[in-house]
Amino acid sequence: MVIRKVAALIGAAAVVFAACGGGATASPAASAGAAGCTIGVSWNNYQEERWAKWDEPALKKAIEDAGGKYISNDAASSSEKQASNVENLITNGAKVVVVLAQDGTAIKPAVAAAIADGVPVIAYDRLIEDPKALYITFDNVEVGRMQARAILEAMPKGNYVFIKGNQADANADFLRGGQQEILQAAIDAGDIKNVGESYTDNWDPAIAQTNMEQFLTANNNDVDAVVASNDGTAGGVVAALAAQGLAGKVPVSGQDGDQSALNRVALGTQTVSVWKDARELGKAAGEAAVQLCGNPDITKVKGTIIFKSPGGNDMTSILLTPIPIKKDNLNVVVDAGWIAKDALCKDVTDTSSVPACQ
Amino acid sequence: MTEATTSPAAREPQNRSLRSLLFAMELDTRLLGMLVALAGIWITFHVWSGGNFITPRNLWNLSVQSASIAIMATGMVLIIVSRNIDLSVGAVLAFVGYTMAMVQAEWIPKTLGLGFDQPYTWLIALGIGIALGALIGGLQGFLVAYGGVPSFIVTLGGLLVWRGLIFRYQQGQTIAPLDGIFQLLGGGPKGALGDQLSWLLGAIAIAGIVYSLWAGRRRRRRYDFPVRPIWAEVLVGAVGIGFIIASVWVANSYPWPPALAEQWAAQTGNTVPEGGIPTGIAFPVVIMLGVALIVTYLATRRRFGRYVYAIGGNPDAAELGGINVRRTITLTFVLMGVLCAVSAAVQTARLNAAVTNLGTQNELDVISAAVIGGTSFAGGIGTIPGAILGAVVMQSLRSGMLLLNVDSPTQDIVVGIVLVAAVGFDSYLRRRAA
Repeated sequence: MVIRKVAALIGAAAVVFAACGGGATASPAASAGAAGCTIGVSWNNYQEERWAKWDEPALKKAIEDAGGKYISNDAASSSEKQASNVENLITNGAKVVVVLAQDGTAIKPAVAAAIADGVPVIAYDRLIEDPKALYITFDNVEVGRMQARAILEAMPKGNYVFIKGNQADANADFLRGGQQEILQAAIDAGDIKNVGESYTDNWDPAIAQTNMEQFLTANNNDVDAVVASNDGTAGGVVAALAAQGLAGKVPVSGQDGDQSALNRVALGTQTVSVWKDARELGKAAGEAAVQLCGNPDITKVKGTIIFKSPGGNDMTSILLTPIPIKKDNLNVVVDAGWIAKDALCKDVTDTSSVPACQ
Repeated sequence: MTEATTSPAAREPQNRSLRSLLFAMELDTRLLGMLVALAGIWITFHVWSGGNFITPRNLWNLSVQSASIAIMATGMVLIIVSRNIDLSVGAVLAFVGYTMAMVQAEWIPKTLGLGFDQPYTWLIALGIGIALGALIGGLQGFLVAYGGVPSFIVTLGGLLVWRGLIFRYQQGQTIAPLDGIFQLLGGGPKGALGDQLSWLLGAIAIAGIVYSLWAGRRRRRRYDFPVRPIWAEVLVGAVGIGFIIASVWVANSYPWPPALAEQWAAQTGNTVPEGGIPTGIAFPVVIMLGVALIVTYLATRRRFGRYVYAIGGNPDAAELGGINVRRTITLTFVLMGVLCAVSAAVQTARLNAAVTNLGTQNELDVISAAVIGGTSFAGGIGTIPGAILGAVVMQSLRSGMLLLNVDSPTQDIVVGIVLVAAVGFDSYLRRRAA
């Protein structure tokens, strides 16, 4: 009976895999060859849009252009699986491992073991609290600063609402910290008043919308600016503002360069979307990995700085600078092939103030 | 028996104690208790927030914010009453919502090349969504009823599958903005009835109450059932009518936001009347009331509903009694799927976008609403109005705490405690009554 059940399970699994077509994980070859060194990438969840579409091609290209070899696997959102995935990459001949951590704490033993084995590790996009790993990411505190700067410029005085990210995500607090840095002086001077602040469970836009409605109600619509932490929550905020006829009158920030958010920037209902070009991140990681093939000392990689992590570690890091996208520089995202012009300019009637739509 | 939970017979009260008064009026004491609790919550928040809670604007917001969960909760009652569970509602809502957004923002305008804002776009999108919801519900129901897989497992699988499928569309990119008419389904000042239509709806509802009281009395006389004393009929009617008038009055007391009213005045060349433009009852609330009416009718007046309660009371007896249990169970899931589609329309329209995390954890909110509203996991017990009240109670807690600037983890803690306490209190009362 047991055997039959196991056989049925295996059969079912085989059917599912065949149906899904696999394809996400490249089959790693056994030897690296003399041409260059093998670089292994451990993705945490390949199902998410951005990794397959933007990060991987750039990473792969940077490695292959330098004569290296790219192998990868996917942990499908499981931190246990990712630990063994890192080992598998090394078994398959990886000389450098790039890790997009599912859980920056849970992956630490596997990362420490790899480094002890003489395999340098790059913490990609998400922090792994191990000072021997190289941390490459967009500067999230800087993203927060850019959001606050854009809003402050549009509305130097008044009542501010802060729609933060998911509480469980460390980035939510990095962002909020950067925002506070910029606004602190104006808050101390009494020009800016914080009239509402809330985390957004799972970065869910619908929750951001409800929260914004309640802030508007509590303040009798006397809200002059909204610092929202990403484009999804900004979408919820703009929907709440639109219901009060305030969309376009109250500045709103965001980040990620979502298509609908860029469209809102063109329409004038969102002030800024801080754009992190994932291809730049992939390219930087690929190039760093190639350098580590030659010399495993992470401090010798070009462009590194020391970043004090929340866990108190001095992380050798490459922090890329994001670009704030506003109405006047929307052409940047169009020229980069990030968004098509018709998607960007949908429903934009007055193109005189939107150069990218002319 | 007209309703699953009303007491079957009524006698003339011997003395005029509160208990016998309620008994004579044949009111559902559990429902009444919830109304009292809700009033308590509202008054508490009103005091704590410095008079910000019981205002037309906040109550109007609350009605819209509760609507989508309430719509799904009516279906969940029948699922739980028949001793099943549906964990997939949030995922089904997201998948159907995403599909409807694709229909109106991508397929009709781009693939068919018809452009945006066609007059029938919203209807086609809604139709496809409801059909898809029924199909998904039917599939899950079929697997439960005919496949013999427990509903917990089927819908747990569904939760993963339907949400996963979203990523097959445009790699999970946010779809926005949506069709202009479709957006009205989500409420907002323009997505509301306005004052005259609101009063008309109120008048119809009042006529409905009067008629049902009169017809119920006549029906009972015909079958020689005991009837309520006249004073009780009048009191029940008066309270119901008073409640309707108050609700419409509140909805109409919330004027359009000044900025929006001025925009409208500038566009149409009209002037904003003194005191603003009355908003009236929002469309999501109208939809919710319609759904509640239909599902209540199905549950209490149709064979389908009586079968559902019979199956929940005792599945074996129902089967032996000649009820087609499998068909009935499948139908409850079809109904649930349709209601998910309706909620999906409301939520996407309200947000004016379809996002991948649409409806995350809605299954928990919907099940909580049904359970707070008195639906029992033991099967056979549960009412539609109770579930709607449950949804309003939960949303009242959340939006009240937001007004007080309570952070979201604390909100979760409070809602969690209230959920367990409400069900615990309920089962204590049930045991004492038995």
